[in-house]
Amino acid sequence: MPTKIEKDTITGTDTTGHEWDGVKELNTPLPKWWLYVLYATIAWAAVWFVLYPSWPGFTGYFHGVLGYSQRDSVDAEVRAVAAQRAGVMDKIGAMSFQQIRNDPQLMAATGTAGRIAFANNCQPCHGAGGGGQPAYPALAAGAWIWGGSLDAIQQTITYGIRSGDPKARDQQMPRFGVDGILKPEEIQQVADYVLTLYGHAETGPNVAAGKKLYADNCAICHGDAGQGDREKGAPRLASRVHLYGDSRAVVVDQIANPRMGVMPAWHTRLDPATIKSLTLYVHSLGGGE
Amino acid sequence: MSRISKADRQIQLQREEAGDHLYANRVRVYPKSVHGPVRTAKWAILIVCLGIYYLLPWLRWHRGVNRPDQAVLLSIFHERFYFFNLEFWPQDIYYLTGLLIMAAIALFLVTSVIGRVWCGYTCPQTVWTDLFMWVEYLIEGDRNERMKRDASHTSFDTVWRKAAKHATWLGIAFWTGGAWIMYYVDAPTVTVEFWTGTASSEVYFFTFLFTATTYLLAGWAREQVCTYMCPWPRFQAAMLDEQSITVTYQGWRGEPRIRGKRHDDIAAGDCIDCGACVTACPTGIDIRDGIQLECINCGLCIDACNHVMERTGQPKWLITWDTLADQAAKAEGKQTTLHLLRPRTLIYMSALVLAVVLMTVALLNRATLGLSVLHDRAPLFVRQPDGNIRNGYTVKIANKGASPVLYEVRTDGLDGALLADPDEGLGPASRLGVMVGADTVGTFRITVAGQPGHLADGSQGIDFILRNTDTDERTVYHSLFMGPQ
Repeated sequence: MPTKIEKDTITGTDTTGHEWDGVKELNTPLPKWWLYVLYATIAWAAVWFVLYPSWPGFTGYFHGVLGYSQRDSVDAEVRAVAAQRAGVMDKIGAMSFQQIRNDPQLMAATGTAGRIAFANNCQPCHGAGGGGQPAYPALAAGAWIWGGSLDAIQQTITYGIRSGDPKARDQQMPRFGVDGILKPEEIQQVADYVLTLYGHAETGPNVAAGKKLYADNCAICHGDAGQGDREKGAPRLASRVHLYGDSRAVVVDQIANPRMGVMPAWHTRLDPATIKSLTLYVHSLGGGE
Repeated sequence: MSRISKADRQIQLQREEAGDHLYANRVRVYPKSVHGPVRTAKWAILIVCLGIYYLLPWLRWHRGVNRPDQAVLLSIFHERFYFFNLEFWPQDIYYLTGLLIMAAIALFLVTSVIGRVWCGYTCPQTVWTDLFMWVEYLIEGDRNERMKRDASHTSFDTVWRKAAKHATWLGIAFWTGGAWIMYYVDAPTVTVEFWTGTASSEVYFFTFLFTATTYLLAGWAREQVCTYMCPWPRFQAAMLDEQSITVTYQGWRGEPRIRGKRHDDIAAGDCIDCGACVTACPTGIDIRDGIQLECINCGLCIDACNHVMERTGQPKWLITWDTLADQAAKAEGKQTTLHLLRPRTLIYMSALVLAVVLMTVALLNRATLGLSVLHDRAPLFVRQPDGNIRNGYTVKIANKGASPVLYEVRTDGLDGALLADPDEGLGPASRLGVMVGADTVGTFRITVAGQPGHLADGSQGIDFILRNTDTDERTVYHSLFMGPQ
């Protein structure tokens, strides 16, 4: 609380009358130019108020004399970036993969465009970096069902898998259990044999019977040694990478009532240059052929 | 609102009516020019400081083809700081931290020993203000002439002198702003670009900005910067003690100060109260009031007083450099010695020595090769059809040398590790050769596949070993290899 204004004996300056625990505050005046700087900032604010959006209303706001809008300026920047990219993306769309790969600048552009397109469109199912998840192929693993060359990847992205597009890959696996092609115990025997294809020890007499059933029913697509067939989209079984899992129960289910995933066709949403960039990006994840 | 008593309010009102307002009018300082050893030293330091500032950007330094030949260049666009033989990258920023630490401790040390000599002699505010005052002296004359002219009516003589002074100030300020830019871009190139109108808008903007600040701060603001804007006077008191050497009026010798003739029957000190020390002061204070916030320790009052002492036939150095402790002892007629080495200065000195040694060692052992390895965030690992586990890494190799280098990358810690760079079509192989251009950072995505042993918590250590195939220089980066638990 203010008490008493008095003259400080040492400095000859008045105190403010404020006192804290015996410490008194000198009333040293601010320089006048300091005050003028404050007035200048107020004047600056007044000018700003007129030039720029400043005052809200019930249905809108005062736009300012300059009509500046952050939204417009972002739009303009986005348009500018798109215009800047147009040349490069046109080139990518027109060139073959080999031509693009020979041009480090274009490769850098596809790397960025591909990475962003992947994050926006592919990542929810295939995982960041193409790590995959059960029922969604790991694109970085090199375990391709339909092929891992640039052309094969481009075809898959463009038209999808069982997407309903006329050019889509849509081969189906017979439903050996549901449609009664194999009896339940036969399915168990085949499953036992399939497990041996990827390193499980042979377990009992089932395997011999399973091997015979496999040769009769499965080998035509999955290959004699379980090496798979990309033409038919038959996965390689002699592999440590499995789309739906590698336990016996999963294998039995997959024979009896196979799950067959669907991937949409992307040519309806993405332009060819973006699909090419995506293809190169997916190819570079570590599994490309 | 604070409440004050009616009586106090009355006092306030009376004072305000008497012109004693809430805000202080600026008292214009008209420093009188002085001659003497202090002034000479101050000129010498000014010439050295300004000489370095204005001319250093023009010093050339050969560094080889395609490299800037400016001795000191802070190239923001190329993200390099060139300092004679040294070249710093953005990741070397801690050298700047070290330099700032050394500068701060050195400032503390100097202040605790000889007061605010930084403020009085080498602070840019002081140096440029001094230069501008010299221009003012040459065009408008000395203190009395300037005061008389400012108080009289406007005449042609006043106008042309003021105009000439401000034009010269602006010229110096422009040269100062231009020289600032030259530390960031090649000096001869930017000079040509500036005058042909082809320089970047940043160059024009910053030249204008520093022209304006130099003109305002050195021409107009002057001592107001030291008194009101600068934080240093506020905490300098923490570095000073009674053993610090500062500009001091020897009161025991000077008092009682008496003007005019001396009579035997009246006690009289050496001070004749002529005010020479006050008129010489660039911050407009009276040094006889003792050490104070506004004093920048420049010592021009010493030169002013020495002239007067010479004329009155008294010993010189009535105002001198001395410590408070010494003055107290002399006032009592005792002799004392200086205590330059005391705990405060010893602590500052050891901290300074430690910082200098650490920074020097770090600078001498600076690698010309930098390696950083970043494990992929996702996926952490990928199982391949053959059962191997593969991890992906982003490997950055900084080649700080002047020629392209072929580096060999291999790993240690994972048996049978196969490295590959799918982007460059390298591998899989146990070691990869990658090329990094001169003075650049090469970024590579390298995958490592192998069969990990027992993984504690899903990971094991793996070392990336980088070898310069020309010099055999090696560097190792420790990273992790991840897999299923």
